[in-house]
Amino acid sequence: MIQAPPTKKRPTYFEELRARGHSRRDFMKVCTSLAAYMGLEASGVAQIAKALETKPRLPVIWLHFQECTCCSESFIRSSHPIVSDIILDQVSLDYTETLMAASGHAAEAAMHKTMEDHYGDYILCVEGSVPTGEDGVFCCIGGKSAEQILEETAAGAKAIIAWGSCACNGCVQAAKPNPTRATPIHKLVKGKPIIKVPGCPPIGEVMAGVIVHVVTFGTLPELDGAGRPKAFYSKRVHDSCYRRPYYDAGMFVESFDDENAKKGYCLYKVGCKGPSTYNSCGIIKWNNGVSYPIQSGHGCIGCSEANFWDAGPFYRRMQSFPGFGIESSADEIGLAAAAATGIGITAHAIGTNLRKSKLINDLITEGRESEQEL
Amino acid sequence: MATHVLRRVFVWELPVRIYHWLNALTILALIATGFLIGNPPAIQTGGEAYDNYWFGWVRYIHFVAAYLFFFNFLFRIYWGFVGNKYADWKNFIPTSKAFFKEMWEVIRIDIFLARNKEHMAVGHNPLAGFIYFLSFIAFMVQVVTGFGLYAAMSESFLAGLFAWVPAFFGGDFGLRQWHHIAMWFFILFAMVHVYLVFYHDYVEGRGELSSMGGGWKFIEEDAFHHDEKKHEEKAAKKKLKS
Repeated sequence: MIQAPPTKKRPTYFEELRARGHSRRDFMKVCTSLAAYMGLEASGVAQIAKALETKPRLPVIWLHFQECTCCSESFIRSSHPIVSDIILDQVSLDYTETLMAASGHAAEAAMHKTMEDHYGDYILCVEGSVPTGEDGVFCCIGGKSAEQILEETAAGAKAIIAWGSCACNGCVQAAKPNPTRATPIHKLVKGKPIIKVPGCPPIGEVMAGVIVHVVTFGTLPELDGAGRPKAFYSKRVHDSCYRRPYYDAGMFVESFDDENAKKGYCLYKVGCKGPSTYNSCGIIKWNNGVSYPIQSGHGCIGCSEANFWDAGPFYRRMQSFPGFGIESSADEIGLAAAAATGIGITAHAIGTNLRKSKLINDLITEGRESEQEL
Repeated sequence: MATHVLRRVFVWELPVRIYHWLNALTILALIATGFLIGNPPAIQTGGEAYDNYWFGWVRYIHFVAAYLFFFNFLFRIYWGFVGNKYADWKNFIPTSKAFFKEMWEVIRIDIFLARNKEHMAVGHNPLAGFIYFLSFIAFMVQVVTGFGLYAAMSESFLAGLFAWVPAFFGGDFGLRQWHHIAMWFFILFAMVHVYLVFYHDYVEGRGELSSMGGGWKFIEEDAFHHDEKKHEEKAAKKKLKS
């Protein structure tokens, strides 16, 4: 069996970056842009720079379960190469199947070494959901099921970051009927702080921002009710959408390729889920700030929201209502109920005239008599 | 055929009537604007966005009506403790066996239409009262889901109290679904409600339809003596016990 490398004093992030040939100027640029993404004030730049200069790098174990690696892909494409170097480079990351140089037993040994040397200190990043059906046979690494690996690694983790919708809510593999019983991380790990960073994938800068927050402040970022960092998930895509004025003006695309679509009107009526989706796509955007789905003429599909696959259809505003067939919307069910109520009322009205005829006729007779007397 | 001698009874106090019509008005506005928000018609297809704000106004009306609806509802709950006996909360929440017994009477006579029988209730009959109780729950569902949806776009303290709601419903997707389907309860309720008001007025002739205007209903003289007899019997029983 190959020996894991001997432990030495961990270099700081800055030291590692200098060793890899990045200038201090580049380093400061990254600190500045990260501070901006995280919504910090100007003094936050210095805080980030100081933390990355003085703190030894955080030991990180990054697990991949049921996923497509789009989270990792998104991350290494975040705006500045230093960002991915900070965490994803093989020197910074103790274990990750996709990017580590080691393989087989050596990789396993590296992971276990990190788990032992930094028990209670390392950050566990999980990309992907965990299949719990059939004893977890759908996802096994090194002879262990994903659930076993998660349990072992979570035990000594300081905090867990659930990358992407798979880890946060199960994403596509948890969509009905969920044959592998794909389960998000927060349902399996209890008693550990979990940061959810949903999205399919999450925005690379958001992922960097979360990690840097943990490094800089030594605490978890402030989370919302659903466990997502407020800095990136407190606003809906709708709230920062550049097409929002068209929404308020009531100017909507009726179908793709109509005149309104060409003019760039609001995509609300062709199924845009922006008003129900919490993410920073409209602000940070994608691919180094080039664009994002709505800017490219396609509605938001709500990929960072739980159950977005089952909350379809993607191209219709009205969703199908659970339990009433694939295409029944709330309005169709409501209309059917209203029609049934109308029929019931009509039947009752007819029945009233038949069954209560004496009461009604007495009232009419009495009324007529009074009319005559007066 | 005996001629009815009727006595005027003050059933619905002014605050109850104001509540009723404000409630009706806000629900109508909420349903109309809610439909428009759910599926806006293509009435604005040209011009510049800065010239128009019709969809913004529709949403604004929805939110204003929602606030009115909510506070009106709170007021009605308060009035259930200080209003007259027909406004009392005990009309809505069953607290005795007699409540259910009478409810069954109403079902037999007014729903299954027992031949030429009538059930006399001066205020709410127990079935109506209980269904109002269910509708109050629907009110709460609408308030909670509605303010839950509104919380993300509002800085107000009240909306902030509902910021936990989306997570509870598994995100905004599910939340707006429930908000939408619950709206249909109000439509069905209104249909049955209006029909039954006409039914009671038509079959019983006690001024059901106009009572929400002036507050009066007209009750047979006999009913009062009947009540007095009951009263005397109760008093006699009490005396016997002591």
